Amino acid sequence: MKWLLANLEQVWELTIEHLYLSVIPIVVGLVLALVLGLVFGNRRRARTLITTVASAVFTVPSLALFVVMPTLLGTQILDPINVVIALSLYSASLLVRTVFDALDAVPADVLNSAEAMGYSPARRRLLVDLPLALAPLAAGTRVAVVTNVSLVSVGAVIGIGGLGQLFTSGYQRNYPDQIMAGIIMILLLALVLDRVVAVIGQLLTPWLSAKNAGDSASAVPRGAGAGLAATQATVDPSLGGNK
Amino acid sequence: MINDMLTYLGTGANWAGEGGIAARLAEHLWYSFLAVLAALVVAFPLGLFIGHTGRGKVVLVSLSNVLRALPSLGIMTLLVLLMGLGIFPPLVALILIAIPPILAGVYSGVANVDPLVVDSARAMGMKDSRLILQVELPLALPLMLGGLRGAILQVIATATIAAYVNLGGLGRYIFDGLALYDYGQVLVGAVLVTALALVVDGLMALLVKRFSPARSYLAT
Repeated sequence: MKWLLANLEQVWELTIEHLYLSVIPIVVGLVLALVLGLVFGNRRRARTLITTVASAVFTVPSLALFVVMPTLLGTQILDPINVVIALSLYSASLLVRTVFDALDAVPADVLNSAEAMGYSPARRRLLVDLPLALAPLAAGTRVAVVTNVSLVSVGAVIGIGGLGQLFTSGYQRNYPDQIMAGIIMILLLALVLDRVVAVIGQLLTPWLSAKNAGDSASAVPRGAGAGLAATQATVDPSLGGNK
Repeated sequence: MINDMLTYLGTGANWAGEGGIAARLAEHLWYSFLAVLAALVVAFPLGLFIGHTGRGKVVLVSLSNVLRALPSLGIMTLLVLLMGLGIFPPLVALILIAIPPILAGVYSGVANVDPLVVDSARAMGMKDSRLILQVELPLALPLMLGGLRGAILQVIATATIAAYVNLGGLGRYIFDGLALYDYGQVLVGAVLVTALALVVDGLMALLVKRFSPARSYLAT
């Protein structure tokens, strides 16, 4: 703790860097997953292909992906873009399945009603399907953002910035206090980002707030249909923690 | 670089002996096995208890979230500084990341058993122990295996970092290669870990499928 308080300025800089490295991939991954999900959600062949590729990507260990990136992209090994692209791929493959599942969960009655009201397929997709899929998507994004915060720290072993630097430098200098500071800040950052995504999710789905849908404590109700997506999310192997 | 990697992988001598690929692979699997086993010992009874009684759900969710955010590299390096080098520090870090998926799998598997089924079993006179063993566990099996699959995948991926704190395993190639600016060797490590993860995860997927309800209950 003493080290943390004495070096707040340095820790703050690393925290901001860590924030960028974990949040940019979430935005990129989310956009990618939404586009793929909305366009290919109803095409079975394309969907199977996307799901297969996504789960294969997620199986690749993060450190392996970080060090392979320079060979694939022709970048320098120390370039943070390697980590950003690798984590964007992870986030996209994690979220695209959530998008598919969330779109599937929209009740057929609702879709039929929208069609009966004269919605064109594209308009229905954007104005009916998408809003109804937002809640599970927010839950998936929370998992993805926490995972990213933890994965970025692994990048420190290949010289990438962020709070993981406190681990490598603390280890080399035999200074446990510095490592403790890194662990504390990473947990805090994960906590804050998790809440931020949860709140954004609630703001985007005001019709659910009455039922307290975004709260993590109520996300796993016993056998209740509403919580099923969240329950599976905690179990789903692809929604893992820090690889 | 890719040529270097292929040459390295294609040379028989690199596979055998101490520090050979076969030995590194065995080390990697050994650490992973120990960690998953230890995590099972902790998480299985706990998940069973929470799922069966419904008590402690809030603790479970917040504990899983904290553990999910816990950086394994930080835990490993911190424990090495506090306790010295050895297998123990990386093992603790690996156990900590394996616990949440196993716990969540066991818990949600048991908790999602249809309450009607549980009530029927009780009405038939089943005591708690029989209810758990003969009703809840078999029905929870697919979700439990799913959780185990996630845990194994993460442990195999993270065991790579153990080499950073002077342990063996496939991460050795990555860290030794980085130290020597030998990117061919780095790629060897990356490709081998990825292959191992894909193969083990594929096997686990088959296992999960084998025990999924669509096959064992509905299709018969």
